[in-house]
Amino acid sequence: MFPAVDVCQVHKHFGSLHALDGVDLRIDQGEFFGLLGPNGAGKTTLINLLAGLALPDGGRMSIMGRDVVKQYRASRRLLGVVPQELVFDPFFSVRETLCLQSGYFGLRSNDAWIDELLHHLDLADKADTNMRRLSGGMKRRVLVAQALVHKPPVIVLDEPTAGVDVELRQTMWRFIQQLNRDGHTVLLTTHYLEEAEALCNRIAMLKRGKIVALDSTQNLLSSIAGCRVKLRLAAALPDALLPLVVEQKEGDYILELPSYEAVEPMLAELRLAGVAVQQMNLEQPDLADVFLRVVGKGES
Amino acid sequence: MLSFYTLFYKEVLRVWKVSFQTVLAPVLTALLYLLIFSHVLEQHVEVYPGVRYTAFLIPGLVMMSILQNAFANSSSSLIQSKITGNIVFVLLAPIAYWEFFAAYVLASVARGLVVGAGVYLATLWFAQPPLQFPLWIVLFAVLGSALLGSLGVVAGIWAEKFDQLAGFQNFIIMPLTFLSGVFYSIHSLPPFWQGLSRFNPFFYMIDGFRYGFFGVSDISPWFSLAVVGSCLVVLAGFTLALLRSGYKLRL
Ligand SMILES: Nc1ncnc2c1ncn2[C@@H]1O[C@H](COP(=O)(O)OP(=O)(O)OP(=O)(O)O)[C@@H](O)[C@H]1O
Ligand SMILES: [Mg+2]
Repeated sequence: MFPAVDVCQVHKHFGSLHALDGVDLRIDQGEFFGLLGPNGAGKTTLINLLAGLALPDGGRMSIMGRDVVKQYRASRRLLGVVPQELVFDPFFSVRETLCLQSGYFGLRSNDAWIDELLHHLDLADKADTNMRRLSGGMKRRVLVAQALVHKPPVIVLDEPTAGVDVELRQTMWRFIQQLNRDGHTVLLTTHYLEEAEALCNRIAMLKRGKIVALDSTQNLLSSIAGCRVKLRLAAALPDALLPLVVEQKEGDYILELPSYEAVEPMLAELRLAGVAVQQMNLEQPDLADVFLRVVGKGES
Repeated sequence: MLSFYTLFYKEVLRVWKVSFQTVLAPVLTALLYLLIFSHVLEQHVEVYPGVRYTAFLIPGLVMMSILQNAFANSSSSLIQSKITGNIVFVLLAPIAYWEFFAAYVLASVARGLVVGAGVYLATLWFAQPPLQFPLWIVLFAVLGSALLGSLGVVAGIWAEKFDQLAGFQNFIIMPLTFLSGVFYSIHSLPPFWQGLSRFNPFFYMIDGFRYGFFGVSDISPWFSLAVVGSCLVVLAGFTLALLRSGYKLRL
């Protein structure tokens, strides 16, 4: 079985900028894969190369075994891309847009599937509205529908939920997850890390054109051992605990503990000092912690 | 094949939706030219013996409208798609570069022919040039609009801003049109300009087209056909190579 996406030593330069610096990536069929990274890391550039919107300076890429440069027509039929930019054709209505896109992919009568897409993306009542008269979030959902008109086995979503309201985000993800369960491979980029954590089975992190982390979501999360404790105290924190503090705001201390076993000694220390605990929260590390650790805070 | 057809259909639909600007406006422009030039020159100029100046002018104006609109169609559609970004929908699809070429060029031909027919019908009211060889008329109209449609594809891909496209139009298309004998026969020019006109492909397109009406021309229509045909083959080859390389479309 071919991998859904195979990227091998891909390089891309923009003038003196090395936007992609030897990227290797292999996504198996049926995965829900997250591609994360700070602004300018190269996520969109990588997606553009996969889609043939840009040409690589070196390396090979294929979609389900079809080379994206040499077998561009076959590979594009297997790929559906939701571009990051909010683009639309102001001459047409939502339905016309989707019918034209179907035609570009060689599909003559696609109305049943188009209706289903409109329904799932909550666009049914806007079907005959001109694209210009849609709100930003609606335009984004039309982009998602456009990417899916030809039922591509590999779906690439470049920040599909930017500007989409909470409720529709949920509906949209339910739909995409359903597609994933039906066997479609999904490649997602997003800056909402909770989204990636909840949806993706595997995650790659990109920084300055290089993959700096690549593992299952579970492994990435457990790579940060221990936990964080948020404390509100009746008095000042004992000196012995000060080294554990990572943040202090408005009388709350946030401590990072190496493991859950460290919780008991910490409480003992407080008891010894006679400091009463008014409030305590234990927080699991989340993807944001992993992200900041791997990609680095501040610098990008 | 359906990809090509859909892209062609989209281009035609786009023209149709704004037909006021894309068809009606150019017809009106051509009528203004006709009114002014025929009013000023009717009494003074006789280009072909026994042919009124207005009748002489009409085929030239029709061809000029065909050529300008064919160019405008592909070039403005492409630059609009590039600037608004919606060209990605076409670039993401499994459309071969030659299908892309054929769709844009044929849509340009369609727009050119519709505008040309509109100008012709509107001018009939002023004068009725004969229709000696309709086949030559159609042949030159199709080849000329294909040539300009192809040039429009090149310009639309090359230009990054509307003013660059306007420059292309003002510094290349307009001078070549006006110096091609739309308003006069090149035999009325001084020898230097006559010689220069021979290097202008637009001259052959207009002259050949006019031959279809009057059965008279400055130069053999067969020769004009050869020149226009060769220009089309060379330009189409160049445009296809450009599209194939992804120049300015696929970064
Ligand atoms: N067409 C281009 N010309 C020049 N530089 C470019 C071009 N496209 C992208 N870049 C540069 O390449 C780098 C990677 O950009 P890219 O759009 O891939 O980032 P990204 O990871 O998608 O970021 P974001 O999260 O902001 O979308 C950036 O430094 C960007 O400035
Ligand atoms: Mg991006």
